[in-house]
Amino acid sequence: MPWPKNTKYLGKSTPRTDGPTKVSGRAKFTADVALPGMLYGAIVRSSWPAARIRSVNLAPVIAAPGIRAAIPAQEGTFEVRYYGAEIAAIAGISRQAVLDALPLVAIDAEPRPFVVSETDATRGESPKVFADRPNLGEGKARNTGEVEAAFAASAAVVEGTYHTQVEIHHPLEPHGHVVAWDEDELTAWSSTQGVFACRTAFAQALGLPQNKVRVVCDHMGGGFGAKFNPGAEGILCARLAQAAGAPVKLMLTRFEQALAVGNRPSSHQKIKLGATADGKLTAFQMEAFGTAGFGAGESTGGGSGRASFPAPYIYTVPATRVRQGTVAINAGQACAMRAPGHPVASFGMEAILDDLAVKLNADPLDLRLKNDPSEIRRREYELGAEKFGWRQKYRKPGSAPGALKIGIGCAGAAWMSGGKGTQAELQVNADGTVEVRVGTQDLGTGSRSVIQIVAAEMLGLAPEKIAVRVGDTRFPPSGSSGGSQTTASVSPAIYDACEKALAELARLSEVPDPKTDWLTACKKLSAPLQVRGQWREGLSAGGACGVQFAEVEVDTETGFVKVKKILVVQDCGAVVNRLTCESQINGGVIMGLGYALYEERVMDRATGVVLNPNFETYKLPGAADIPEIEIMLLDMPERGVIGVGEPCTIPTASAIANAVANAIGVRVDSLPITPDRVLAALGKVPATQRGASAVREFEPVFRHVAALPATAGAKEELPT
Amino acid sequence: MRSRGGAKQNEPAASPLAAPVSRRDFLRGLGTTAVSAATVGANAVAAELAQANAEKLRGPQAAPVTLSINGERRTFTLEPRVTLLEAIRLHAGLSGPKEVCDRATCGACTVLLDGVPVYACMMLALEAEGREILTVEGLARGGPTPVQKQLVACDGLQCGFCTPGFVMSLTALLKNKPRPTEAEVRRACAGHLCRCGSYPRVFAAALAASRAPSA
Repeated sequence: MPWPKNTKYLGKSTPRTDGPTKVSGRAKFTADVALPGMLYGAIVRSSWPAARIRSVNLAPVIAAPGIRAAIPAQEGTFEVRYYGAEIAAIAGISRQAVLDALPLVAIDAEPRPFVVSETDATRGESPKVFADRPNLGEGKARNTGEVEAAFAASAAVVEGTYHTQVEIHHPLEPHGHVVAWDEDELTAWSSTQGVFACRTAFAQALGLPQNKVRVVCDHMGGGFGAKFNPGAEGILCARLAQAAGAPVKLMLTRFEQALAVGNRPSSHQKIKLGATADGKLTAFQMEAFGTAGFGAGESTGGGSGRASFPAPYIYTVPATRVRQGTVAINAGQACAMRAPGHPVASFGMEAILDDLAVKLNADPLDLRLKNDPSEIRRREYELGAEKFGWRQKYRKPGSAPGALKIGIGCAGAAWMSGGKGTQAELQVNADGTVEVRVGTQDLGTGSRSVIQIVAAEMLGLAPEKIAVRVGDTRFPPSGSSGGSQTTASVSPAIYDACEKALAELARLSEVPDPKTDWLTACKKLSAPLQVRGQWREGLSAGGACGVQFAEVEVDTETGFVKVKKILVVQDCGAVVNRLTCESQINGGVIMGLGYALYEERVMDRATGVVLNPNFETYKLPGAADIPEIEIMLLDMPERGVIGVGEPCTIPTASAIANAVANAIGVRVDSLPITPDRVLAALGKVPATQRGASAVREFEPVFRHVAALPATAGAKEELPT
Repeated sequence: MRSRGGAKQNEPAASPLAAPVSRRDFLRGLGTTAVSAATVGANAVAAELAQANAEKLRGPQAAPVTLSINGERRTFTLEPRVTLLEAIRLHAGLSGPKEVCDRATCGACTVLLDGVPVYACMMLALEAEGREILTVEGLARGGPTPVQKQLVACDGLQCGFCTPGFVMSLTALLKNKPRPTEAEVRRACAGHLCRCGSYPRVFAAALAASRAPSA
């Protein structure tokens, strides 16, 4: 890899370039855009979990004071399949005018039977989410080797059932757009992870040529996978603006965020794992299912429309039999959420691996070192174990004395990352300052700073001399910011642009090495010098790994779990900006903490509504919950630039869950690990419906999934 | 007065004074002349009460509301139901405080009201009349404050949407407690959510700012 050695900025820590504008409150997000004559937009949503909408009468709304446009979500008769589905949209001169008008919409609806429980939905008599197909969709199946023979020959076999919850992204900035029409040209300020993807979608939905559509996203308040395309809300906003003849701002409320704009699918995993007496894995069998909302089996933006996930995750097992199904229910559709499928896969696999360690009376770390095919991860385990004091701290499960029990656990991750295709424009001004323009996005990930640091290093300039502009389809194209691909896609393009800029500057200025004589060379420019860079091979790669260690304290009287420490050993190839990279890792760990202990979308079986569509009852980690997080960030410039945003959130919940099992000597098999589940596992309270006592409910579904033919689904490719 | 929901038959009255008495019974007991006089008197009293309350009654139509924001007095025409957050963002045009939950669970709308951090989404704009409102925009008149500088230096932010709220609470914390412990910093941040997970560096920034010379 041609990245320079002995770098000045690359791999070091530099404060992010948009820090000052954000701390001052000057940074404008989509939610902050204000245009003259702008109207306030809102969506009318279904209060039925399933219904046929026969007609939507908007006449009383249009007549209401201050209302400038009202449109149905669809023409004619249509079906809604979840509580919160879009029915109509309204725009008015103020929030108050719109709020007063919303109840005036007259909806002629025929409620339908509905189902919101994954297990209920698989029963023969269950209401069907779609009339023409079963709720339990065609699944994924994979066989390798002969599992029956392999289990029979195994010295140790463990079985377990593990459950993960539906998780909601909840970025702090809601989904939303401001759309303005200028005759037949459309400009959208969108809170998005993909300005170009949004442009394509707006153009298609509204029948516009792409060269008449511009999408802008200067700052955006978080996406985590939910903001890859405009969504129903974006298109409705554009149609409202068109109907009203005025710009419309449509930002979703927190309530709507919990219903309608995506989630991480749930999982129920029945796993059987076999090994030799000294812990080498021999056989792996899994039946699993989960729900991806009403759209089970459909592909969604960013992938992972289904509830399937890689198995046996990062471990190589010679004989496997995997069957996975996705169950449709009347709930909001899933979409990609930070490392789709991987935290789910990790939880089941790392849990049963630890359960196998218990059976073999082995140290769980040794089992991983023995079975993890990744040399990088094995090295990370060794490094981390020493820093963490694993060997000194490890105790047999449940053996800690007293009511407050300490336990430790670990888990590993793999993520494709990679990324390609970015183009960038670099402009050198006569005063020696530089501007870089890329149609990429900064979700808080620090992409702006990545661009600035690469340019600073390659041009030999202080970062402050380099202004970075992103988030506009008028800039050179880049892909959507997802899959942890932005850094690897963008950095080579900047490298390329800098190489070209130096060559061109040398030619124009006749200064042979502009890097060493920058100002002299620039002064010779009669016009700003603009060059175009593009992504090229040899500077970036895929294949991030990472391991995490967790130390927890479990109060066996209250069931409360306190995470005391998380140690992360993370690789991401060549580190670009260490400071922002570590912040991403902190963020991934804290999101994993929420997945482990607090977050869960709860549906009400009786009414089909989301019971916790707010932050009081859907609990995000807060200031009091944050453990000590220590990061060992491995800089491996020889591997090229690799993204880190997702690998760092994959193993956190698994490590915490394993630490809890180690502390109390018994497995809590469901996420989130709430106090009631801990106490139930300890036998101190009866097991709840959500937990292991629901075995009776799950068994028939596992049997059904097990019977899926070995045809559907492609093999998941994982990096080694 | 008879209670609206109907008297509870089996519930004994705590005392004769607590026993429900209708206006009709009371006036009947006074006798006709007394009733007339009492009625006139009661009406006069009622009229005076209505008069006094009418001066405090606002809306439902939009009416002038004067707010002192970042040291500047401005008058807006607002319905009484408009929150302080909406007044600041839409009417005063200051987009620093953010709307994230609109129900007092996340802290992104935090402003200082007479120096005290409050959720602007939980106040009506007219409740803030006569008080000093400080938003993040009002802080850095002479350049970034130590809290702001250290948030940048320690990278106590990622997407930045929660940041203005944290800035206000930490500003108030350091004013009242110039050398807080980490526990006190966490306590001051207890009303704030950050989905990007910048908490560890927010805490570090607050502690660094407390050690800065001009804190």
